[in-house]
Amino acid sequence: MSLRTPIGRARGLGSAKEGTHHWWHQRVTAVALVLLSGWFVISLIVMTGASYEEVRAWIGHPVVTGLLLLTIVFTFYHLKLGLQVVIEDYVHSEMVKLGSLMLMSGACLVVGLACGLSVLYVAFGG
Amino acid sequence: MVEFSLPRNSKVGTGKTVKAPPSAKRIKKFKVYRWNPDDGKNPEVDTYEVDLDTCGPMVLDALIKIKNEMDPTLTFRRSCREGVCGSCAMNIDGSNTLACTMAIEDVKKDVKVYPLPHMEVIKDLVPDMKNFYAQYASVKPWLQTESEPPSRERLQSRDERAELDGLWECILCACCSTSCPSYWWNSDRYLGPAVLLQAYRWIADSRDEYTGERLDDLEDPFRLYRCHTIMNCTAACPKGLNPAKAIAETKKLMQERR
Repeated sequence: MSLRTPIGRARGLGSAKEGTHHWWHQRVTAVALVLLSGWFVISLIVMTGASYEEVRAWIGHPVVTGLLLLTIVFTFYHLKLGLQVVIEDYVHSEMVKLGSLMLMSGACLVVGLACGLSVLYVAFGG
Repeated sequence: MVEFSLPRNSKVGTGKTVKAPPSAKRIKKFKVYRWNPDDGKNPEVDTYEVDLDTCGPMVLDALIKIKNEMDPTLTFRRSCREGVCGSCAMNIDGSNTLACTMAIEDVKKDVKVYPLPHMEVIKDLVPDMKNFYAQYASVKPWLQTESEPPSRERLQSRDERAELDGLWECILCACCSTSCPSYWWNSDRYLGPAVLLQAYRWIADSRDEYTGERLDDLEDPFRLYRCHTIMNCTAACPKGLNPAKAIAETKKLMQERR
């Protein structure tokens, strides 16, 4: 039970003076991913039946490597931003929230890095 | 965590049925949420059989008839009976709306009447609006200026005045805010569509000189950015306003000033 006034509770800790950055990046990555995922899916369809060497050569082309890396960075950044919102929406215990945010960010980073490094590995002919 | 099921003391049971007089020909069943803070019992849904031939056309008419003639303990807020005061906002037939502007004939089956969702209930159909009003007060919903007060009215061009259309009409009934899942889960920190529309009403006002400070106060991951454009607010508004658009305009200004 609290005897704080309703206005005191509504004003709370004040405004965090941030959030626009997060919101804008989510929008920009969403639009970019519409284009990048479209390009990626169409490329895969076009390459149906291509040989192993042909696909390796395609991934190794500098423009393709760049676009693939961009797709991976944007996908996992967008995923992280989205999951962060979901956790903030539904998890209200501060400790559990912090813990799950760290776990989630770490997981996105690790899986994203693994994908990016795989592309580089293929591109540089490891 | 967010609670998705009702706590044990909020599970809704079946209550009493009050029959219409035998002479009644056109009967409509009203299933009304009842909860009394004094009897220690769980909430129940009472059924009232209303004779439509002796009742006005709106859901509020039926509630007043029930209170006058069938059960004087039924508690609800009402005042203007014409969609201007916002007092009789409640959940009718699954949607938040005003009982006074909702026609009974627009509900095909039994008329289910509940209080506004996810608000604490004071009694029956009366929700606790303390937090909602405090949030409204927190956005300073009045004109703020630096310049000296003029000796006459503060002037505004016709176009500047037109910016306020779709905003000034809000009656703060809270139908939109209490239809918003984001507001259900985070109403302690998220301002909700009604208050954000009201905040934008002053941001958009050409006579106000505190636009930047107003945006500063809103720029927060919870206060503003819990809006995920679900659009329930716009679907619910009984005045046909578009709180989602007001929120989107606010977000655009946040980006514009960076």
